[in-house]
Amino acid sequence: MEPFVKLTGLAAPLDRANVDTDQIIPKQFLKRIERTGFGEFAFFDWRYLEEGVPDPSFTLNDERYRGASILIAGRNFGSGSSREHAPWALGEYGFRAIIAPSFGDIFRNNCMQNGMLPVELSAVEVDRLMARALREDGYRVTVDLESQTVTDGWGFCARFEIDPYRRDSLLQGLDDIGRTLELEEAIDRFEAGFLASTGSY
Amino acid sequence: MFQKIWDRHVVAEPEGQPPLLYIDLHLVHEVTSPQAFDGLRLAGRSVRRPELTVATVDHNVPTDLRPGPITDAIARNQIEALRRNCEDFEVRLYDIESPRQGIVHVIGPELGYTQPGKTIVCGDSHTSTHGAFGALAFGIGTSEVEHVLATQTLRQQRPATMEVRFEGELPLGVSAKDMILAAIGQMGVAGGVGHVLEYTGESIRGLDMDGRMTVCNMSIEAGARAGMIAPDETTFEWLEGRPFSPKGGEFQEAVNVWRGLSTDCDAEFDAEVEIDCAALEPYVSWGTNPGQSSKITGSVPELSDFEDAADQENAARALEYMGLVGGTPMQEIVIDRVFIGSCTNARLEDLRSAARVVRGRRAAPNVRAMVVPGSTAVKLQAEREGLDEVFKDAGFEWREAGCSMCLGMNPDILAPGERCASTSNRNFEGRQGKGGRTHLLSPAMAAAAGVAGRFVDIRDWDLGD
Ligand code: SF4
Repeated sequence: MEPFVKLTGLAAPLDRANVDTDQIIPKQFLKRIERTGFGEFAFFDWRYLEEGVPDPSFTLNDERYRGASILIAGRNFGSGSSREHAPWALGEYGFRAIIAPSFGDIFRNNCMQNGMLPVELSAVEVDRLMARALREDGYRVTVDLESQTVTDGWGFCARFEIDPYRRDSLLQGLDDIGRTLELEEAIDRFEAGFLASTGSY
Repeated sequence: MFQKIWDRHVVAEPEGQPPLLYIDLHLVHEVTSPQAFDGLRLAGRSVRRPELTVATVDHNVPTDLRPGPITDAIARNQIEALRRNCEDFEVRLYDIESPRQGIVHVIGPELGYTQPGKTIVCGDSHTSTHGAFGALAFGIGTSEVEHVLATQTLRQQRPATMEVRFEGELPLGVSAKDMILAAIGQMGVAGGVGHVLEYTGESIRGLDMDGRMTVCNMSIEAGARAGMIAPDETTFEWLEGRPFSPKGGEFQEAVNVWRGLSTDCDAEFDAEVEIDCAALEPYVSWGTNPGQSSKITGSVPELSDFEDAADQENAARALEYMGLVGGTPMQEIVIDRVFIGSCTNARLEDLRSAARVVRGRRAAPNVRAMVVPGSTAVKLQAEREGLDEVFKDAGFEWREAGCSMCLGMNPDILAPGERCASTSNRNFEGRQGKGGRTHLLSPAMAAAAGVAGRFVDIRDWDLGD
């Protein structure tokens, strides 16, 4: 996994609440058996009118946000299904951090498994970022995982919380399975005891 | 109950790391697993406990002719990848022609894999269904699928707990689906985030297993990690004699252990919600998330009904997408399609209750209605009971088992603008096809809507009982 330490990038606003994973990557694009190839279909039903014509009213189609790497979103972003295709698609689209007041649980987990950082700030803080991203051209934000802060060079500064284990994995780009396999002996011991106690498993 | 199961399954809790939880049962399907098996291959890893892993195909299998060709090349590719993966890693697969094939959350319980006290995961958010048996069951992403395959464990922060108590008696004609739609409406679609819900109260106890599964199934629609119901005699009776339930004396022993799981009366929860059953009616959703629903005797809300500006904006977007005008009585909304299916409501009891409504009646001429059993076993049993004939006589299509139009990954989808009465669990924009409009409701209500051509109050109908 690619480490995530500090990112400064163009911020794109998506001012909607409860954006679900069906919106982020519609199901007709879930049939690939690889982890790649999903970016071009991110937000497909919102991005395009008929036959691949971009919908000019969809914010992310605005030229001003081309190349954005930080997404500012409304509350409960990524609710719904467990499809990891959602963070894969967002990642390929170019986003490496998403800032929102809250996230769907599984989606948040899935992001961190892919070197993407979901940042939870208060609704007031997100509103500020959102307003600036909508208003200012070339609005850039810095997400710093080491100091757990979001800043914007305009005086905005907010701290965010993150599980220390996930933070470690992201900072160092560690493989989760590898880290768990370090505990293999504990798993062996547990299985031996568990089998003896229940018999049926 | 949550606490007891959790504590029993913690393998290790290393300093500064989330607890490592042991997984008793891992269910696998074709859409969220190929990248996980590939990851194993790349890293030269194997499946640690293939015997605790069970696979089936459900999400994109066709539901018309079977056996028949899968015309969508990419879907076929995914199904073939699962076959190959199951063979290479020695995982049991209930393939498309197996009499045990079906939606993963229908066949897990049906085959007796799902049992009280187990930890169960699947790369699918509706894994919460299995909580109806007093199991701790939740959905995971593909990276976590790979993690479980390789280690039979999962890193999990301990979630908080929330009691959802259904107080009072359930009125006649109100079903499990209405209970959960009402609860989500009250809690909001993010009301359960970070929590495991435990459903309690007399009305929950009074539900049969199919109803309990409907309730737990939709826990995720309130944002919750999982939903659970303490096991009782109804649970044990249902499980006895299933292919993978404990047999003979072992079953009695297991029941004794399972009895110990029930919730202590002094159990403490981090949060509590109370639902007044006496006030419940059949519900129908009007918006684009499962929290946006109304009683059947009510109307589509006006924007002025919402105090919060964000809620108002959401509702405005939803109404526009749904092509609805605030103030329209629910019973005046005309539909084009009916979908009776999905892991929420395609079990035997669901089909029986829908069949009771359509028996001797006919689908409205403007409506195309479809019944998709949750599993091949459900389908066969329904046919033994003659339910297929009841549906067919009424002009409803009778199909093969799968997820079908719940998410429309196979050819079963809505056309833009089509309005569907659906027994599934998600009414998100485009869920059943781009531009399609989904209304969630119970099987009996969906069947009645199919007959009337619009939403109707099932309590007004004489069902001869
Ligand atoms: S029936 Fe629908 S919700 Fe259930 S597993 Fe299939 S796609 Fe998911």
